[in-house]
Amino acid sequence: MRDAEFFRRWMAAAATAVEREADRLTELDSPIGDADHGSNLLRGFTAVRAALEAEPTDAAPGAVLQLAGRTLISTVGGASGPLYGTLLRRTGKALGESPEVSDEELRAALSEGVGAVAQLGGAAPGDKTMLDALLPGVAALATSYRAAGVAAENGALATVPMRARKGRASYLGERSVGHQDPGATSSALLLGALADVAEQAGAR
Amino acid sequence: MTAERQGPGSAPDAGPALVGIVLVSHSARVAEAVAELAHELAAGGPVAPVAAAGGTALGGLGTSTERIVAAAREVDRGAGVGLLADLGSSVLTVKALLMEDELPPGSALLDAPFVEGAVAAVVTASTGAPLAAVAAAAADAYTYRKA
Repeated sequence: MRDAEFFRRWMAAAATAVEREADRLTELDSPIGDADHGSNLLRGFTAVRAALEAEPTDAAPGAVLQLAGRTLISTVGGASGPLYGTLLRRTGKALGESPEVSDEELRAALSEGVGAVAQLGGAAPGDKTMLDALLPGVAALATSYRAAGVAAENGALATVPMRARKGRASYLGERSVGHQDPGATSSALLLGALADVAEQAGAR
Repeated sequence: MTAERQGPGSAPDAGPALVGIVLVSHSARVAEAVAELAHELAAGGPVAPVAAAGGTALGGLGTSTERIVAAAREVDRGAGVGLLADLGSSVLTVKALLMEDELPPGSALLDAPFVEGAVAAVVTASTGAPLAAVAAAAADAYTYRKA
């Protein structure tokens, strides 16, 4: 079972990964976006870390993710804010108010969260978006957390030959081909952070 | 900084409550200028309340949930609020706020071109039309071909 502390550690690990990779995310966002993905997510996850530190530690796992999602929506300022915010809020809502959740409950909740992202953005697999990392990642959660992280990473790499069909990159048409999607890349960071935290929890 | 109310006609003191309009743009200046344009073109009688919600809370280009929520509350007279958004994160942020019930009851994202839709929405709302009619008038702006 996973308690609220597990979810706090996941969000903290995600913030650390975004800090580490912010420059790379912005670089990926330069040829096909407006070169702000790294700085936007850094601002968002820095605010998430601060919000979670200010929150009482007895909050339920679902409440932790909902607070993180709400914070991202209100601080990121770019499209990744409502998208990641909706992912975490919907996942948090699906987890409900239980003080502990099972891995199976988390898998089902994340599927619901990814479904909400798809509904919000209107993207399909292959459109060169976050979904190209999130969908294979969440599907591989049935195997293990690490498998999910690896599948998301591979999903992000697989966006390179794709032509963007959503967001600012879609205006570039064929010129979006040959670039890795920044949103899929940050999605892989988020699931990679989950795998790291799950492995640390397992080792204790 | 909160979104500004546009002009003296924004708080009608008689008649039925009017639908409020919120203009969400990545740019504060775009949102404010389109609000002003729509307001001017609707003038001649009571004008529906219009508020601009542009840019980030720090004054940069982007979208601010605080500004959107504040603008929607400001123009809410109980008859519903129609929101127009320009690009990407403006649209997604309004949708996310609607999905999470963070806007006043009866709020809706209008599917319309930003400038033409804003003019159509404010003119229609100023006649006292309900939100569905305001949304239809704004959407109808898509059918006006220019070439």
